[in-house]
Amino acid sequence: MSDLRELYQQVIMDHNKRPRNFREIEQANHLAHGNNPLCGDKLVVYVKLEGDVIEDVSFKGSGCAISMASASLMTEALKGKTIEEAQAIYEQVHKSMTGEETDRNLLGKLEVLSGVKEFPARVKCATLSWHTVHAAIDSDHDISISTE
Amino acid sequence: MSNLNINAIRADFPILHQEINGYPLVYLDNAATSQKPRQVIDAVSHYYLHDNANIHRGVHKLSQRSTDMYEAARGKVRQFLNANSDKEIIFTRGATEAINLVAQSFVRPKLQAGDEILISHLEHHANIVPWQILCEQTGAQLKVIPMTQSGELDLTDFDEMLTERTKILAIGQVSNALGTINPVKSMIAKAHAKDIPVLIDGAQAVPHMTVDVKDLDCDFYVFSGHKMFAPTGIGALYGREELLNAMPPYQGGGDMILSVSFEKTIYNELPAKFEAGTPHIAGVIGLGAAIDYMWQIGIDNIAAQEHHLLEIATRKIEALSGVTIIGTAPEKAAVISFMIEGVHPHDVGTIFDQQGVAIRTGHHCAQPVMEFYDIPATARASFAFYNSEEEIDALINAIQKTQELFA
Repeated sequence: MSDLRELYQQVIMDHNKRPRNFREIEQANHLAHGNNPLCGDKLVVYVKLEGDVIEDVSFKGSGCAISMASASLMTEALKGKTIEEAQAIYEQVHKSMTGEETDRNLLGKLEVLSGVKEFPARVKCATLSWHTVHAAIDSDHDISISTE
Repeated sequence: MSNLNINAIRADFPILHQEINGYPLVYLDNAATSQKPRQVIDAVSHYYLHDNANIHRGVHKLSQRSTDMYEAARGKVRQFLNANSDKEIIFTRGATEAINLVAQSFVRPKLQAGDEILISHLEHHANIVPWQILCEQTGAQLKVIPMTQSGELDLTDFDEMLTERTKILAIGQVSNALGTINPVKSMIAKAHAKDIPVLIDGAQAVPHMTVDVKDLDCDFYVFSGHKMFAPTGIGALYGREELLNAMPPYQGGGDMILSVSFEKTIYNELPAKFEAGTPHIAGVIGLGAAIDYMWQIGIDNIAAQEHHLLEIATRKIEALSGVTIIGTAPEKAAVISFMIEGVHPHDVGTIFDQQGVAIRTGHHCAQPVMEFYDIPATARASFAFYNSEEEIDALINAIQKTQELFA
């Protein structure tokens, strides 16, 4: 059960129960739908870009605790960052989930997501929102992505 | 209570005796696939160790032995389903391929734009998508018998749904997502009164109950071996001989021909006409061994033990607060789909696994059922006769641990 506590840490449980930035952004200029068909996680990520700065980022949707908490933590981490900084953070998150060396300064609070590395079947729950925000920023129209 | 000695039976299933994450494995994902008894594993391994050769060709001893074993298994399937003749048993990769075969070889040639195919809201994707493909190919329409809140078929308008345009009724005997046992016999009678042929998807029925295609009076019956203690990749189609005879082949290739020239090919007789290419011989032999095993245990004993487990598990889950059973039909196979309040089923699956309890979480290849209940997924515990009452306690314990973690 110790791996479980590692996965379902207090921070994860808190963000699952009270997800931050769980709202629509009316003036969003980028958005994408993310779908994890196997387990039914579904979310929409809204981004308001000013130049290359993520002025605001939010999400709505439903899914397991890992996908919800990851999305919530992501919005907190990316708000106010440039696209380049966001990319660097995402790379660190991805490394932490696959058990690679990470830069703790860049990763910060997101380190709690690294618990999924012991649960390969759950990695895609944790990465869904990150893939979705990536797709949103890259595209200038509404786009749907799937983790399958 | 059943008459089965569970400990003796569990000794037949070597895979059950292992630890997962430091806990004894509690395998409650039988509706996805069942475990295999040593008798089936040994039959497959014996075949490869001693008898392997291609069938229906070759005059050598091994080929004759393989052919005899393959055809003997067909006889067992015929007897298992109480079909009239071995010619009515076609080996397929599973229920899915069998449904596709019937869709393309039986229904498609008769279909015109505007014709109707009748299925139900409870179907597995395998009994939805082949018909949708057929509708796209022909302009036919898919009609769906609705379901009720308890997870039963809503047959209020069933008579009206059987029209002169209905070219087939295709219904699951047991719902994989909820466990509901459908009243297929009376539905078949009603369809036949209007000359509508009927296919029964028996994938979830054959592991749990005696099936008699003559008593049901269905035209086609399909099932997969792997859900009834046989290997994966093998299943069977039962079809009435006169219907199968009139149908064009599904796939072309070796074994399904009598003679081939570039001008004309003459197809083989039943059942070879529908078994193109070298089949899954070892799988067929394993399926035969699985049927022998089920007969040895007794299908009535299997049904009684599973019913016993279903009753206990249902009662114990209902006694927990914050847990809802999805699918509460009075007639059910040993399947319990449930939701733990405030916990997504996917998290449930991971937390259970950490305690050695293997269940299925997700949409169970029945997304329309999930949409009906407006839920993304459920957690599903499904039992086989080798499950014990102690394993139900492990399930209940896992639910409580999950609730504690998410409290």
